[in-house]
Amino acid sequence: MAVLVIADHDNATLKDNTHKVVTAAQGIGGDVDILVAGTNTAAIAAAAAKISGVRKVLTAESAELGQGLAEAVADLIVGLAPGYDAILTPATSQGKNFSPRVAAKLDVAQISDVTDVVSADTFTHPIYAGNAMETVQSGDAKKVLTVRPTAFKAAAEGGSAKVESVAAPGAPAKTHFLDQKIVKSARPELGAAKIVVSGGRAMGSAEEFQKVIEPLADKLGAAVGASRAAVDAGYAPNDYQVGQTGKVVAPELYIAIGISGAIQHLAGMKDSKVIVAINKDGDAPIFQVADFGLVSDYKTAVPDLMSALTAAGK
Amino acid sequence: MKVLVPVKRVIDYNVKARVKADQTGVDLANVKMSMNPFCEIAVEEAVRLKEKGAATEVVAVSVGPTQAQETLRTALAMGADRAILVQTDQDLEPLAVAKVLKAIIGEESPELVLMGKQAIDGDNNAVGQMLAAILDWPQATFASAVEIHGGKAKVTREVDGGLQTIDVDLPAVVTADLRLNEPRYASLPNIMKAKKKPLDVKELGSLGVDTAPRLKVVKVTEPPKRTAGIKVETAGDLVTNLKTAGVL
Repeated sequence: MAVLVIADHDNATLKDNTHKVVTAAQGIGGDVDILVAGTNTAAIAAAAAKISGVRKVLTAESAELGQGLAEAVADLIVGLAPGYDAILTPATSQGKNFSPRVAAKLDVAQISDVTDVVSADTFTHPIYAGNAMETVQSGDAKKVLTVRPTAFKAAAEGGSAKVESVAAPGAPAKTHFLDQKIVKSARPELGAAKIVVSGGRAMGSAEEFQKVIEPLADKLGAAVGASRAAVDAGYAPNDYQVGQTGKVVAPELYIAIGISGAIQHLAGMKDSKVIVAINKDGDAPIFQVADFGLVSDYKTAVPDLMSALTAAGK
Repeated sequence: MKVLVPVKRVIDYNVKARVKADQTGVDLANVKMSMNPFCEIAVEEAVRLKEKGAATEVVAVSVGPTQAQETLRTALAMGADRAILVQTDQDLEPLAVAKVLKAIIGEESPELVLMGKQAIDGDNNAVGQMLAAILDWPQATFASAVEIHGGKAKVTREVDGGLQTIDVDLPAVVTADLRLNEPRYASLPNIMKAKKKPLDVKELGSLGVDTAPRLKVVKVTEPPKRTAGIKVETAGDLVTNLKTAGVL
């Protein structure tokens, strides 16, 4: 048995999602290898080699791999697939882009967003916006999974796996990279933050969202999230979206402000350790999952909270 | 340019799915069903491409039970020209759906397949990518903007932390994300007109596609429940509680 884990990185640093997917891979059993595909892979591979229990780290470099073009990444993985019984990818938007392409090329049914490895061929994942958990047994010889990182603990460091480079596939003939705009933010990444402050439709405008949510997030050193309703209304960018169709987060502290708590939003944050809800509607469904609820208009509650945090030395 | 838009009939977006007591699945008896929201966005985009003159024909296709004809009628009422139902009572896995769509594409030869990124029942987010893979076509997933120019589609994609823009040579598969557009409501006259538009029904078996399931459902259970905590009176109380809980 051998399992290939596809590393999550930004062509500069290795992301913690990788450590979490390694834990899922260890649940399957056998040797665990990590593939770092992109550009500037040396430092990323060195970090991956330190994850405990990893046999080896493979690196492949090309411009197209760095751009994350699905055709290039899938070609590379399909080429490596004969050596592996299972291929595990973090369920990020990048992973969700190429992993089903790998599965179909291998004629394998992908299991998406795995949250529990029951055995080497049986896995649990959420369906219906997280309102049901489905456990399936795969009849395919090779397993292709995307793994929800927040469902697994990060594998420890302390390993010293060897690093090998493999040849990158040729550039895709029919896909051409034009441009990428990544918003540089001093805030922690939404998926990895210890504290997340999210705003909902109650904000009423993008200006209000920025005025209310962002200063509180910055005071707490938190990432900023948003409900789908707020994204839909244009108050916040799409990559702020927390929910079944956006990002799934499980921080230590999740603060929902002016969010009613639609099913699809709850699916994205209900595994947070502590949930705080601030909403003027005391009957809002968000209070049913909140550890601490404050029934109040955010317009007064957020400034009060800012003062209380200052008073508490934050 | 012909555009093929696969659509799926799913549990309505506003209905909370309930797990069956015998853990065999989700109870869909007497539950309101609608077109998957991301499929609506795909239909809207295809119709807009036609309105702009970039597309000549929009064909909606669904793989599902007889009742999926209603979903296809919705697509026709939104502006699709004709529809195809591949009729089956089996609940097909994404790979099988991709293979069925490949067979339809073999008959229809569209230059663009425009579809939702994810259906809100299985939440797999896989069919579009799988279809592109088995056709050996380029893919542009999670689209927030699509522009057709000179045999290519320029697609702006939602990626982690921002946006990526790529050109894909046609034919290609594009999957729609939330911000691509806001789907229109079908007007009553258009709903009436849609009843007269052609809707072709094919039996799944007639396509000769292997749709045997690869996965065996062991069980479907309720997710772990979270219980409501306490209500606090003031922001000060909130901070005190959060300090006690060790998260500040």
